[in-house]
Amino acid sequence: MTQLFCDIRFRRNNGFAIEARFEVGAGVTALFGPSGSGKTTLLHLLAGLLRPDRGVIHLDGRTFADDKKGVFLAPETRNLGVVFQDLLLFPHLSVRKNLNFGVGRRGARSIDFRRLVDLLDLGDLLERLPGTLSGGQQQRVALGRALLRGPGLLLLDEPLASLDAELKNRILDYLERALAEWRIPTLFVSHDWADVRLLAQEVLVIEKGKSTGDVPSRVVKQ
Amino acid sequence: MDDALTPAEWSAVWLSLKVALTATVLSLPAAIGLGYWLARRDFWGKALVETFLSLPLVLPPVVTGYLLLVLFGRRGLLGQYLDEWFGFHLVFTWKGAALAAAVMAFPLMVRAIRVAFADQDVRLEQAARTLGAGRWETFFRIALPLARRGVLAGAVLGFARSLGEFGATVMIAGNLPGETQTIPLLIYTEANAPGGIEASARLVVLAILIALAALFAAEWLERTQGRKDAKG
Repeated sequence: MTQLFCDIRFRRNNGFAIEARFEVGAGVTALFGPSGSGKTTLLHLLAGLLRPDRGVIHLDGRTFADDKKGVFLAPETRNLGVVFQDLLLFPHLSVRKNLNFGVGRRGARSIDFRRLVDLLDLGDLLERLPGTLSGGQQQRVALGRALLRGPGLLLLDEPLASLDAELKNRILDYLERALAEWRIPTLFVSHDWADVRLLAQEVLVIEKGKSTGDVPSRVVKQ
Repeated sequence: MDDALTPAEWSAVWLSLKVALTATVLSLPAAIGLGYWLARRDFWGKALVETFLSLPLVLPPVVTGYLLLVLFGRRGLLGQYLDEWFGFHLVFTWKGAALAAAVMAFPLMVRAIRVAFADQDVRLEQAARTLGAGRWETFFRIALPLARRGVLAGAVLGFARSLGEFGATVMIAGNLPGETQTIPLLIYTEANAPGGIEASARLVVLAILIALAALFAAEWLERTQGRKDAKG
């Protein structure tokens, strides 16, 4: 049973502050909140791209961060799959090389390449460069790249934002198929309640704090 | 072609190529490392490092050569140890010419390379890290390939600058035919001899041709690399 436990505080130099204490189980959990509330910051803290000032993060009994013990695992050792809001496909590598970038890392589970390519309809795109793909195709490649990593937890940053209704439904369909196939616990952030209702089994709400940091953004369980 | 150039001129051409290539190849890794570091890190005293780095660009080359002589001369601050411990001499050798060329070309290389790294989206490196790549792998598979145009431009600039180096070279390596007399030094020597303007014209044309060849080679490399990437 996957369990993410997070109890952290983080403050940026500009005064923005966030406090988060929550647990996430298996299945799909949404982190819902308005723009500027710190959703992406929280995702980056979980991924190891930012270091919390205080607190602990555990996933399945593994400590990712613990300020008291001086533990902070680098992003590459956390075995997470991250789909960034801007996708961040490597522009100089073909789709095939993008997909395979995270394959075969230590501690990762194995995901069948052919099965994934079939499931996300990427077969015809493998030799192309990301810059030649449509937005929806790029989204599928980014999702496939994160899945092929064989992650213990999938983190999605606004996976459906900036997509029109038709494309959103198609990406959602792909996402649901992939998550059903590999049962990877997923945490996704969104500012759109409709997206949250479509995808999430559990919801965490992040309440926006004051930009001065006197009142930090806080995560509350729905 | 054998008749076109005198043995002294051939020797100057080969020596120039050897000096410029050595200077470029040996300083390129350091220029890449420093360019990346300056593009990614903010630290106290960064402006000072950058100013110091640009010094050879604004100092008279002869002054840079003088400072190199003070540092690397046989009784120089570093030169005495190089001599004592390794029996290694730089003064009046082609290696000294390569050192002078490298020092003069280094700021140009770093500038071109640094801009290439600074123009990148650093979040691509973050994405690579989340995919399990450590710092070194991220650098070699993401940052460096994406900066290749800048690296290539830096290398060509460095090579061209090395090829034309005169002032610092003459200070540390002298102007010894067959030993340290590169194309610019030979042009200078020939042009100062009676009727030398005509004699040195061939070398001038050759220097232009070598510089053009370097630019074409860089362009060709860039294109073939681009095609390879497109194929994935």
